[in-house]
Amino acid sequence: MRIETAALGGYAALGRRLSPLAVASAGSLIVLVALAILAPLLSAATNIDPGDVDLYHRFAGPSLGHLFGTDELGRDELMRILYGARVSLSVGLTAALVSAVIGTAIGLQAGYLGGRLDAFLMRVTDGVIALPHLPLLIVLVAVDLNKVGLPDSVIRSESVDLYRIIIVIALVGWTTVARLVRGAALALRERGFVRAAEASGASQWRIMTRHILPNLASPIIVATTLSVGNIILFEAALSFLGLGIAPPTPSWGNMLTDAQELVWTDPALTLYPGLFIFATVIAFNFLGDGLQDALDPRAKARIVK
Amino acid sequence: MSRFISQRVVETIVVLLAMSFLVYGLIGLMPGDPVDIMISGNPHMTSADATRLRALYGLDRPIVERYWTWLTAALHGNLGYSRIYQQPVLAVLWPRLGNSAVLMGTSFVLGIVIAVPLGVWAALRPQSKIDYLINLGAFAGISVPVFWLGLLLIILFSVKMGWLPAGGTATAAGFGDAVKHLALPVAALTLSSVGNYVRYVRAAMIETLRQDFIRTAMAKGASPARVIWQHAFRNSLIPVVTIIGLSFGALFSGALLTETMFAYPGMGKLIYDSIMGNDFNLALVGLLFATLMTLLGNLFADLAYSGLDPRIALGATRSR
Repeated sequence: MRIETAALGGYAALGRRLSPLAVASAGSLIVLVALAILAPLLSAATNIDPGDVDLYHRFAGPSLGHLFGTDELGRDELMRILYGARVSLSVGLTAALVSAVIGTAIGLQAGYLGGRLDAFLMRVTDGVIALPHLPLLIVLVAVDLNKVGLPDSVIRSESVDLYRIIIVIALVGWTTVARLVRGAALALRERGFVRAAEASGASQWRIMTRHILPNLASPIIVATTLSVGNIILFEAALSFLGLGIAPPTPSWGNMLTDAQELVWTDPALTLYPGLFIFATVIAFNFLGDGLQDALDPRAKARIVK
Repeated sequence: MSRFISQRVVETIVVLLAMSFLVYGLIGLMPGDPVDIMISGNPHMTSADATRLRALYGLDRPIVERYWTWLTAALHGNLGYSRIYQQPVLAVLWPRLGNSAVLMGTSFVLGIVIAVPLGVWAALRPQSKIDYLINLGAFAGISVPVFWLGLLLIILFSVKMGWLPAGGTATAAGFGDAVKHLALPVAALTLSSVGNYVRYVRAAMIETLRQDFIRTAMAKGASPARVIWQHAFRNSLIPVVTIIGLSFGALFSGALLTETMFAYPGMGKLIYDSIMGNDFNLALVGLLFATLMTLLGNLFADLAYSGLDPRIALGATRSR
């Protein structure tokens, strides 16, 4: 396998093999992440708060004071977009990471231990893949946290919307990584170095984590990068439906909910939130695709499987 | 073959049963219960009344017992009443199911009709400008949020041009009006799903065109059109059909968003409305129907798969 040498062969070599499109995407995403992290500082420096209502300047066009104009309450559209980026990026990255961890754990056990456990886990995986995810997410998000038995302090905390959406998305999002890892682990199980480790008496845990897992880094990284875009789309969809991040906290999805109600009054409000969702998602997809090509050129034709 | 079919049918039923239990449990975890709703509608009710009603409706019994009662009733055709619509659940569902089938079916067929030529075209000239362009378009389709696309279409065709209605279904009788109301939802759903199909077709075709039998066919002097469609495309259909079957769930998710934003009375919007409106019976059955639809999509894809690939004698113990 050439994959592992590529992954360990240094990031410089990887950077050289990334397509220009992927490099540009990575660059834009880094800028966006920086802006999202710095949003509170920018807000303090420019003295513009995303929640500041200014009813004398509603629906204003772009100006020096408000680069993207203002919304139906006179709030600064650009600052709201930047705060929305915090939501989208943190949900996208965290949920992708959690999904990858769950998927890796399930895939490793199914692939390496095999047998009935494998058959059972893969049935569950296939079942979850087959489900219509959005309706399921809607039910999961609608679950009453009191009935699950969570303490009041958690339910009333400010970031509960954020955690809830991350957990719920991870609960249905782990399947891609699980299948990928399972397939690769199944192949590695028969390889000489794994046999040698088994013969020398290494525990199953050690073989899975020390011998098999490091060889799966590249496909897991690719799949996780590709899943971020999808997750951002799901978060935006849930927020758009009024089930994700609740106003007044701005998120790109709930900004579009307002925009739809005002589509006859001020169609311009539709532009930026959607454009940012689109650009961010496509950048993650370009980056994932580029990483796939760079890490394993032969995998390109295999995406269908 | 028949053994394979029966095995897959049994599997589908098992997944559906597991889902029904899961969804039943989840619906029970949603805020409030039917008695809470009665209390909010009747200020004279005391807490003793509420306890009595909970016992009467069996809400105080353990979940497995309640699920069993629901399941036996459901299998006898009694799926309960919808709270919002004051009608039996099935009476509410059937027309919506038809509407969704029209929306999803049209988008699906349109998507395939657009995706196949584009994917094949791109695959014939990998790394060329046209391949690059088609790929870029496919990526855009995958990455665009369907509800934003819908909004842009509304702004363009309803707000600016005034050509098409921004939502709802046919008000007057007649085919033309129905088509007008379908145009924007179908366009949004198709554009957002076609990107994936293009990528599947392209990748499968590239893989197939590399095979030896393609070179053989060309060496024999078969015409390019024959090589592309008879030899390559037919073989690349196998992975494409499988993955498209698996994407039915995604199509349904897209339809839910499209229906909600265009106020199109389909299954997706019904599920959304019933969950938001605490219509427990309707939400439960709606979700199960959605699951059943996607499972059937997968099942058909599997059957088509075995039909397309003569090498696969599924279920039989014949050695290859």
